[in-house]
Amino acid sequence: MKKIGSLYDKYGTIVVLLVLVLIVTSINPKFMTMYNILNVFRQVSINGLIAFGMTFVILTAGIDLSVGAILGLTGMILGLMITSGTPDFIAIVAVLLMGALLGLFNGVLISKIKLQAFIVTLATMTAFRGITMIISDGIPAMNVTSNAPILDFFSQGSVLGIPFPMILFIASFLILLVLLQNTSFGRGVYAIGGNEEVARLSSIPTDRIKTMVYVISGFMSSLAGVILTSRLSSSQPTAGMTFELDAIAAVVIGGTSLLGGRGRLFGTFIGVLIIGVLNNGLNIIGVSAFYQQFIKGVVILLAVILDRKNSQ
Amino acid sequence: MELEMSGIHKSFGAVQVLKNAQIKVGKKEIHALMGENGAGKSTLMKILTGVYSKDAGTIKINGELQEFQSIKDSEQKKIAFIHQELNLLNEMSIVDNMFLGKEMKKKFGILHQKQMTKLVKEKLQLLGLDVSPKTLIKNIAVGERQLVEIAKALLMDAELIIMDEPTAALTDKEIDLLFQIIRDLRDKGVSFIYISHRMEEIFELCDEITVMRDGSFISQKSTKDTSFNEIVKMMVGYDLDDRFPRVEVDPGETIMSVRGLTKEGKFEDIHFDLKKGEVLGFSGLMGSGRTDVMHAIFGSVPFDSGTISVDGKEVKIDSPIKAKNLGIGLITEDRKHEGLILDFSVADNMVLPSIKNFTHKKLVQPKKIASSVAEYIQKLNVRTPNQTIETKKLSGGNQQKIVIAKWLLTNPKILILDEPTRGVDVGAKKEIYGIINRLKEAGVAIIVVSSELPEVLGICDRIVVMHEKRIKKIIPREEATQEIVMEYATGGGE
Repeated sequence: MKKIGSLYDKYGTIVVLLVLVLIVTSINPKFMTMYNILNVFRQVSINGLIAFGMTFVILTAGIDLSVGAILGLTGMILGLMITSGTPDFIAIVAVLLMGALLGLFNGVLISKIKLQAFIVTLATMTAFRGITMIISDGIPAMNVTSNAPILDFFSQGSVLGIPFPMILFIASFLILLVLLQNTSFGRGVYAIGGNEEVARLSSIPTDRIKTMVYVISGFMSSLAGVILTSRLSSSQPTAGMTFELDAIAAVVIGGTSLLGGRGRLFGTFIGVLIIGVLNNGLNIIGVSAFYQQFIKGVVILLAVILDRKNSQ
Repeated sequence: MELEMSGIHKSFGAVQVLKNAQIKVGKKEIHALMGENGAGKSTLMKILTGVYSKDAGTIKINGELQEFQSIKDSEQKKIAFIHQELNLLNEMSIVDNMFLGKEMKKKFGILHQKQMTKLVKEKLQLLGLDVSPKTLIKNIAVGERQLVEIAKALLMDAELIIMDEPTAALTDKEIDLLFQIIRDLRDKGVSFIYISHRMEEIFELCDEITVMRDGSFISQKSTKDTSFNEIVKMMVGYDLDDRFPRVEVDPGETIMSVRGLTKEGKFEDIHFDLKKGEVLGFSGLMGSGRTDVMHAIFGSVPFDSGTISVDGKEVKIDSPIKAKNLGIGLITEDRKHEGLILDFSVADNMVLPSIKNFTHKKLVQPKKIASSVAEYIQKLNVRTPNQTIETKKLSGGNQQKIVIAKWLLTNPKILILDEPTRGVDVGAKKEIYGIINRLKEAGVAIIVVSSELPEVLGICDRIVVMHEKRIKKIIPREEATQEIVMEYATGGGE
């Protein structure tokens, strides 16, 4: 009995995902075509990358509200660089680096100056968005991918028939999974969320690890920004607004505690897919956008209630 | 109040935690409830206060049968429970805390501040506590918080007060005051059930002693008719002949020298040497600065001036990471908040400081961890069903062994243990002394900070006595007695 309980604890969110897939498929079998499945992965990749970074942050009992703004700012800079003639490869590397640096800024304020993560990232979210508006004058950069084949590849490319965004999504998952589960850094992430003082007194470099999780989160957000810019073939100054909420939702649906110390990256992976299947599936079976919002909210609540029951 | 609990049975699932437990408390009596961790004391008290329901047995108050379904029921019968971790909200005032959930109200639900403040003031004065009822809890001393809890009990006219380890965080002065108040209240007709691991206290304060073991009632004795040894024997179920086993080791060369260590307001001019294979005791009253010195040596709290040398070389220790790399380990006094991540497993806790030793090409090796953890579970005799159970589910003694194992896994040359046996039962205490002895034989230099004088005298080779932030005297064990140490600790002895 106990065994079943722990299996359910581990795979409860998968059950939710499977039930969703079954419901959607039974209403419209087109959902289960290879084309559509690849499409779902393509769609979830942006939220997925951000949510993976967010998982690290939340495991340390932090939060990163600035992910959407980092996506917007780095995406805007990417568009402006390319339209002003910078080779796309260099521009991409530059904005990825910049995403990491913006995360570093968050991380240093939180770990060294000991400010609350919620407040710091709320402020930087606002400020980064402001910078985006200032440098773009509120006007999108258009036709960004027309002379940028590498950037174009980020959304349109595929390897062996697998869309490149999906490859990025799965590769990031695997790399970050190893980082979280199989390195001393990952152990430190959990320990800080479990009890930061115990971690510090156990000679774990708590400040460095806390800074690093925001660097990871910033980097993943800018990577998501590259994909979005590529997909839209333009840089929108409002790109990424409210993306932080979808990312947090995916992490929480995946069973990671907002109090830190407890949760798994695989849970986030499933959480991202649940949100993706909801978005895609509800469209396919023709539910109106208003109802979609409502249903998404209900599913998030249900998933969290299920998880709560499991952990008791 | 006269209380009689008898034939109490209680099971959680398949586990029977109480079988035929009993306790009989008379009028005007301070009654000690003793037993090792896991003996069932807390469960019995939770049944008395209506937190748990009993499976069988009777509770009589002044001869009348009672059934308690909730804490409210027991409070109505004037039973108060003061928990070890006090139930006070630090950011609220004394009066708000004391009336929490039972505020006095005027019309329209407006709080009757004046009346409440007046009542609280009365009770505080009764206990000789001269602070304004509006003071926030965080601004009064730990000892005073204990008194606020007692005042809270008096507010409900409690006739039986249960106290769980009330002295664990108090200074000697505060303890004296607390005992005086308990005795006064007893003489005014209040009965007490007093739970503590400190033998000396029990014999000083209590009139009667009930001993439990493995969920059962063992015996009730009048304090005047029994002895330390008899009680301990009843608690552990066998003769524990020597409370402090000792090994003699010729100390080796000096491994650490501390010179002029100072942190304003915390400690001044700390000066001592530590040798390999030596156990150096740190004695002194609570607040004399002992713990702060240890944190400074360990790099977890910065200091202002002075030097620390390890192996003859001056070192700069500005973080626990540096300390660990120099071979220094610190077992903190507060294992629940500083020693263990309670939600984490035994294995995950044990390898926290030594995780880098378990990596190969940056990747953690779970098998290596499992085998080392298993080794230390066996070496230190940690009683745990497996490595993956959360540490919060283990007893205090076993938790403490895990904290010790945590640092042994880093192979320390210098190990600092701050109150290593606090809240640990008698059997586990002796095992911890055994571990210290084995380390000593292996040439590890050990510092033990302890508020229990018999322990310091029993296991240490030299005793550093601190008084008001300074080292007052370093006494070799042969010359030390409780009286001498106490004299220096309280500022005398020139």
